[in-house]
Amino acid sequence: MPAQPILEVDVRGRFGSFRLEARFTAGHGVTALFGRSGAGKTSLVNSLAGLNRPDAGRIAVDGHVLFDSAAGIDLPPERRRLGYVFQDDRLFPHLNVRSNLTYGMRLVPKSERHHGFDRVVGLLDLGRLLARRPATLSGGEKQRVAIGRALLASPRLLLMDEPLAAIDLLHKAEILPFIERLRDNLKLPIVYVSHTVEEVVRLADTLVVLSEGRTVASGPVEQIMSRLDVWPLTGYYDVGAALTVTVTGHDDRFGLTRLSFAGHTLLVPRLQLPEAARLRVRVRARDVALSLTRPQATSVLNILEGEVVEIDHRGEPRVDILLDVGQPLIARVTRKSVHDLGLVPGQKVFALVKAVAIDRPTASLVNEKRQP
Amino acid sequence: MWNLTPLETEAVRLSLQVAVVAVAGSLPIGLLVAWLLARREFPGKTIVNGLVHLPLILPPVVVGYLLLVVLGRRGPLGAWLYDVFGITLAFTWKGAAIASAVMAFPLMVRAIRLSLESVDRRLEHAARTLGASPLRVFLTVTLPLTLPGILTGVVLGFARSMGEFGATITFVSNIPGETRTLPLALYSLVQTPGGGEGAMRLVIISVVLAMAALVASEVLTRRISARNGG
Repeated sequence: MPAQPILEVDVRGRFGSFRLEARFTAGHGVTALFGRSGAGKTSLVNSLAGLNRPDAGRIAVDGHVLFDSAAGIDLPPERRRLGYVFQDDRLFPHLNVRSNLTYGMRLVPKSERHHGFDRVVGLLDLGRLLARRPATLSGGEKQRVAIGRALLASPRLLLMDEPLAAIDLLHKAEILPFIERLRDNLKLPIVYVSHTVEEVVRLADTLVVLSEGRTVASGPVEQIMSRLDVWPLTGYYDVGAALTVTVTGHDDRFGLTRLSFAGHTLLVPRLQLPEAARLRVRVRARDVALSLTRPQATSVLNILEGEVVEIDHRGEPRVDILLDVGQPLIARVTRKSVHDLGLVPGQKVFALVKAVAIDRPTASLVNEKRQP
Repeated sequence: MWNLTPLETEAVRLSLQVAVVAVAGSLPIGLLVAWLLARREFPGKTIVNGLVHLPLILPPVVVGYLLLVVLGRRGPLGAWLYDVFGITLAFTWKGAAIASAVMAFPLMVRAIRLSLESVDRRLEHAARTLGASPLRVFLTVTLPLTLPGILTGVVLGFARSMGEFGATITFVSNIPGETRTLPLALYSLVQTPGGGEGAMRLVIISVVLAMAALVASEVLTRRISARNGG
């Protein structure tokens, strides 16, 4: 946990038949609220924004108490100074893009405005859209305007509730870089609701996992992703660890990129990134094989020596094995393999990772400045 | 042929005056009542709703008679108005405006309420998160988006006022130059032997006025809808 949390949440509430019980803290950067649909992500975000009222608890952002049932504090949404980007864009249909953007900005005294209008317009590439009506914009454009509108109200924290959910795949790829820019350029803490592992790995620093209204895990993304007990929540098929690595070179002859971590080198298909760039790559458990000896004459390019930490039989006949290869890595093999190899915790093994299993979509740049 | 006689000019002027005052005076109350009915839960809501709609189902003569009983010089409210403010409503054009307003009220409230109910509350929530107080949200989001309904309500109310007959003649009688609006003038001519041609001229004037109001509202509504994004 970060030393000085930006966001402190401890709330309990009943919304309809749904019970929410959330407790976590988060620091700078992006905090992903992750869970299946119906897990209470939106209820929780609405509680943060003041659009619904928990029965009890406390919410504080950057030292400002927004809600405290014991102290009788419950700030209305307009006094919480939290930006909210909704699943649907919720642009005001009777105002053009410019007036939508300045709606919140004009309510903030000039001295308290964090982000200039021109800067936000430039950052989100909205210059050509200013005179248009929301009805004439594409889904991606609308969501960019909605992000800009929230930013210009100079929030202490930005809430984003699956901002890509209503956007088709093509435009998603168009929006993600903009969100990365907010994170890296504006130093604005973001709470990002998602049910997509790829988005979480790409954007988030802190991961909060919600299930049936309860926060069941929270912490740094790498740490939570490498926990074997979190898969029933993240989805069994998608289990995989996230490695933080550094680009140490390119192999032009074979079109490969060398990534280094903890004394290991990982070869992957060429990434268009400069040397020394830090990034996070996700290695899915089913893409990792195990061997007791260092294999010779194999097509697998990445052979990582490590140690078995934990063995999880809940998915039998599939078995998930947490390895320590300098960083946590998860391998998924069959029970037969565990039996044949006689795998037990503490055992030395070689993890085999096919280079082609790690592609651009599983890799995301890590901003150096955000590193602790 | 197309020059209006002084009598016709008088009737048209009086009708427009009564209708404008009736609509302008009842619009703020109509907005408030529509908002209460659309957005608030309170004890007795059903009764308020029923009272608002009563003029729509009661015979206009009954409404006129009730107004006379309550607001007449000797009525409880009428006597007070006269004693304190020196205002007389019965048998004056102001009384005609009141009668028209009461008859038009349910139409106006219905149109505005429907429009209010169709405003996306989520837009209002978004405005709150951007720092707007509930009052500001109402003025900058809810009201502009309700505008088509308000306009419809105004046009319906205006048309109802222009055509109001039963409540008017019962409450304020048929006094030339004071309460003889278009429908009442038409009624008088029909009652007069040889008034057929004059009656037809008033009919044509009524049709022209009604059409003008309708076209104007259509144009305005289309403009607002286009602005509100279809």
